[in-house]
Amino acid sequence: MIEFGLIIRALLRHKMAALILALQIALTLTVLVNAVFMIQDRQASMQRDSGVNEQDTFYLTSRVFAPDYDHLSEIPKDLDLLRHTPGITDAVYINSVPLSGYGGYLRLQLQPGKDQDTIIAGHYLSDDHVLNTLELELVAGENFQPEDVLVQDSNSARQPAKIIISQAMAAQLYPDNWQLALGAFVYVNETVPLRITGIVKTLQGAWHFWDQVEATAITPVISVSDSGIYLIRTEAGRRDELMPEVEALLAHSNKNRIIRSVTTLQDTRTESYREHNATNKILMLVIVTLVLVTAFGIVGLATFGINRRTRQIGTRRALGASKGQIMRYFMIENGLITLAGITLGCLGAVALNIYLVQTFAMTPVTPNLLLYGAISVFILGQLAVLYPARKAALISPATATRMV
Amino acid sequence: MFFYYLRLARISILRHWGLSLLMVTAIGLGIGAAMTTVTVNYLMSADPIPNKSHKLHTIQLDNWDEHKPFKEGLEPPPFLTYRDAKNLIDARQAFRQTMHTAAKAVIEPLTEEDLPLYVTVRANTADFFTMFEVPFVYGAPWERATDNTHDLVVVLSEKINERLFAGKDSVGESIKINGELYKVVGVIADWQPKPRLYHVDKVKAFDDTEDIFVPFTSVTREKIIFDDNSYCWAPTSDSWQDYLDSECVWVHFWVELNSPEEKQGYQDFLDGYVEQQRLYGRFKRPDDNRVNTLQEWFKAREVVNKDNNMLMAMAFLFLGVCLLNTIGLLLAKFLGKAPEIGLRQALGASKRTLFYQYMVEAGCIGVAGGVLGLVFAYLGLQGIELLYGAKMQALVTLDGKLMVFAILLSVSATLLAGLYPTWRACNLAPANQLKSQ
Repeated sequence: MIEFGLIIRALLRHKMAALILALQIALTLTVLVNAVFMIQDRQASMQRDSGVNEQDTFYLTSRVFAPDYDHLSEIPKDLDLLRHTPGITDAVYINSVPLSGYGGYLRLQLQPGKDQDTIIAGHYLSDDHVLNTLELELVAGENFQPEDVLVQDSNSARQPAKIIISQAMAAQLYPDNWQLALGAFVYVNETVPLRITGIVKTLQGAWHFWDQVEATAITPVISVSDSGIYLIRTEAGRRDELMPEVEALLAHSNKNRIIRSVTTLQDTRTESYREHNATNKILMLVIVTLVLVTAFGIVGLATFGINRRTRQIGTRRALGASKGQIMRYFMIENGLITLAGITLGCLGAVALNIYLVQTFAMTPVTPNLLLYGAISVFILGQLAVLYPARKAALISPATATRMV
Repeated sequence: MFFYYLRLARISILRHWGLSLLMVTAIGLGIGAAMTTVTVNYLMSADPIPNKSHKLHTIQLDNWDEHKPFKEGLEPPPFLTYRDAKNLIDARQAFRQTMHTAAKAVIEPLTEEDLPLYVTVRANTADFFTMFEVPFVYGAPWERATDNTHDLVVVLSEKINERLFAGKDSVGESIKINGELYKVVGVIADWQPKPRLYHVDKVKAFDDTEDIFVPFTSVTREKIIFDDNSYCWAPTSDSWQDYLDSECVWVHFWVELNSPEEKQGYQDFLDGYVEQQRLYGRFKRPDDNRVNTLQEWFKAREVVNKDNNMLMAMAFLFLGVCLLNTIGLLLAKFLGKAPEIGLRQALGASKRTLFYQYMVEAGCIGVAGGVLGLVFAYLGLQGIELLYGAKMQALVTLDGKLMVFAILLSVSATLLAGLYPTWRACNLAPANQLKSQ
């Protein structure tokens, strides 16, 4: 390590070039760490389970336009038709679809009366087939019974007696032990009591960006509307074949409505996370080009540094320095600059992260990520300088004499 | 002299073509990334109605639960209750005012062979058309008086007029919704303001405008089904009338005010209105009556979403890396020319002319980088359209202004990056360089 002093003295003589490279590395690390962090953040929310069988499920909207349409008898007829169609496992009439962006919510409170704390839950209204159709996993209690189901106009505020909630919702109501929620009463509209008769493991609400997306509730109500949703689960693998069939079936069974927006749950998920997905792809591209730009910058700078010092290298070679020593010189030089850049970059990364956390309400970056980022950037620097350093090592001792 | 330096720059750039290519590519990538995000943000926050945006305002009142704000950070609800909107519109205290909401309908076939048609609807009052400068092909907006009579009238979009009446002047014709006939009073030209100023939020700011427009009374009288966001805090009971009288907010309310005095007057009127409503036991929260300008409103509704702001910040940091890269490479290049510089100085070139010469060279690299940057920006925008889907279509075009901006950004950034290397190159001691030749 005799070169150390030599390198530092040489660096100090050309400090500006070294400083610029260090700054570039610092900024690269700053962007890199935060970009990776943001990708992870989005990836994590995209990977959350909706709780629903997304593969075999699709839905459609039945849009009624005839003025004297008798929903109360037509909906059971539709459901009967769907449930008896070969290939269909089960079907429900429901107010909303997970992650679709359209839905309702319910304010629940543990004590009746005004001015009580309320917790908001994404709200599904459907009948006793809902657990089977969505393939929800019941972790406590039981499903609704057919006699629990209220069939009513969507303006009606009549409430059923029972409610099923997600485990996340139960945990919000009873933070110490979510199982206490089973059998407990919750109140809607300040005073109307509903008994929690079932808890499902996971069920996401309609809005993926909502912090209450995991907190959901289902009530046994068929809430009739002119624009109703039928959600249908098919036997495994038969979804795509049945979609057009079901569309035609419903369209022909009753001509006083339009069957619209036949959509799979998978498409709904894709659409829902489209922006997340796009942002992640862009960030990926930023990372890749950033790494390339920085790497080529290092190569370019190192090459020029070496060209400028051809004579000096030749002299050193003539004085007995081995090829390995010349290579080592440039690798160490680059390593020192990179380390300085990394130190600065860590500060920058944390600063940018603090800014992002404050402005965009994200969670702070982990120290691990910073460490991995630093190691990657160091390796990147060493790899980039490898080729110019090899070229330097190949300079022959004769150059020194020729150039004088 | 300039052209002579241009020629020298060409020679220099070509001699070190690898290094020059590296610089041009780096600047191109940086400018491309910056311009892609700038374009999206610029078009997202564009003023869709520049000649009168300063006159249009939307109203917020805080009718929320006295114990819980609508949103932490004390943002009042974004819409009004029906009763407040109705009261304000009847008061006619602004130059123009409109209340509106989104709805949906099926236009039923009038003959056996036609098919029903699902349409999106805006239920609004007459001033809507004049306030937002909606262009008409046939007919005109309905009269203000119609807002209070219960006439069933409709304004069609050009697209629906094409479907239903083959594009002919359909004024006086009728369409059927929910079994009732609506008389066509006007057909509007293709009108797609981006962002859709009268109804913006994170999700819907860049949606298309509605297919048909009907008087607001068709929603309140349940002729047409309301289909918009609604937020409630107090319990509501069964009936639609109860819902209309409730504290649920769902009505967009806009006013046109011609001067700051009119705006102040309207603000005072609102404060007075809320004070008066308190007599009925409403508005128990502190006064927060807002008369938002378009810009304030776009910001509050997050029209430019946070992801885009974040990506723009990242893109400029990326541009920063590319510029540092350029500074480093220019420094290496110019210092590498030390012998040449020494020679020229010995032959009598002043520092000023040298400085000029090298800045011309840096400028050339900047222009080339800018042009390449435009290519990258074009590709970037295509990519964004691909990733985000058709919704972004209106937001991915580079107009002339943006192109000029890109080139200027590139050249000025490169000149800035070239300053230090050039300065260093001009201050080399000529004697040293000559000695080493």
